[in-house]
Amino acid sequence: MYRLIITRREVLKTSGAIALGAALPGQANALGQMETAIRRVIGEAEIRKGKVTLDLPPLVENGNTVPLTVIVDSPMTKADHVKAIHVFNEKNPQPNVVSMQLGPRAGKAHVSTRVRLAGTQTLTAIAEMSDGTYWSDSQEVIVTLAACLEDLI
Amino acid sequence: MSARALINVPRKAKRGEVIEIKTLISHIMETGFRHGTTGELIPRDIITSFTCKYNGEEIFATQLYPAIAANPFVTFHTVATESGTLAFHWIGDNGFEMTEEAKIAVE
Repeated sequence: MYRLIITRREVLKTSGAIALGAALPGQANALGQMETAIRRVIGEAEIRKGKVTLDLPPLVENGNTVPLTVIVDSPMTKADHVKAIHVFNEKNPQPNVVSMQLGPRAGKAHVSTRVRLAGTQTLTAIAEMSDGTYWSDSQEVIVTLAACLEDLI
Repeated sequence: MSARALINVPRKAKRGEVIEIKTLISHIMETGFRHGTTGELIPRDIITSFTCKYNGEEIFATQLYPAIAANPFVTFHTVATESGTLAFHWIGDNGFEMTEEAKIAVE
């Protein structure tokens, strides 16, 4: 027999879950959103660890502006250079951070910018080489004050 | 729409030298994920693309997302090949567009 009486506890549980889902868009599917975004950009190619150095402070107080540097070990010649650098995050509302295209004229695959981080998470940088291979590096950042999601004061 | 851009390019360089270029542009970079005081979603207003041309040839391009901090700061490198002009171009939401130039003398 079905129970027709809905307890107070059940009501609270369901509404709590709904409220949580609404309050944190994008966080419900946080696991895997980075992987999906990576696949959307680079396709099914194999990604190897190495060559790339993703430099981030291990602990930041303010997630609104976090310095980020990517250095790729490459001679940057016509025959062997970095074509693109992509950076992804795990827990921001959107998994993409930045994409950069460079070429042999760069001389050095060394770029930096400042990013926003909505909480403690791991970032991944992927470098696309001229020979079609992909290399990556990941770095965890602990964020005390998260960016993006707070309301305006 | 006007914005202020700061460009840091060495005025002089030796031929073949790898130089660092630093760029900063004033922009709110509103993510589109935040709510205002009355609860409404604040529409996205970000810079989406940045490119650098060296004497007309594109040497660096970037796609920016809301995860880039306000007042986007981007640095990169290039080989000083010849004297001329570096042109920087930013494009963003709501028709935002900005161009800045810097001269370089290569000896």
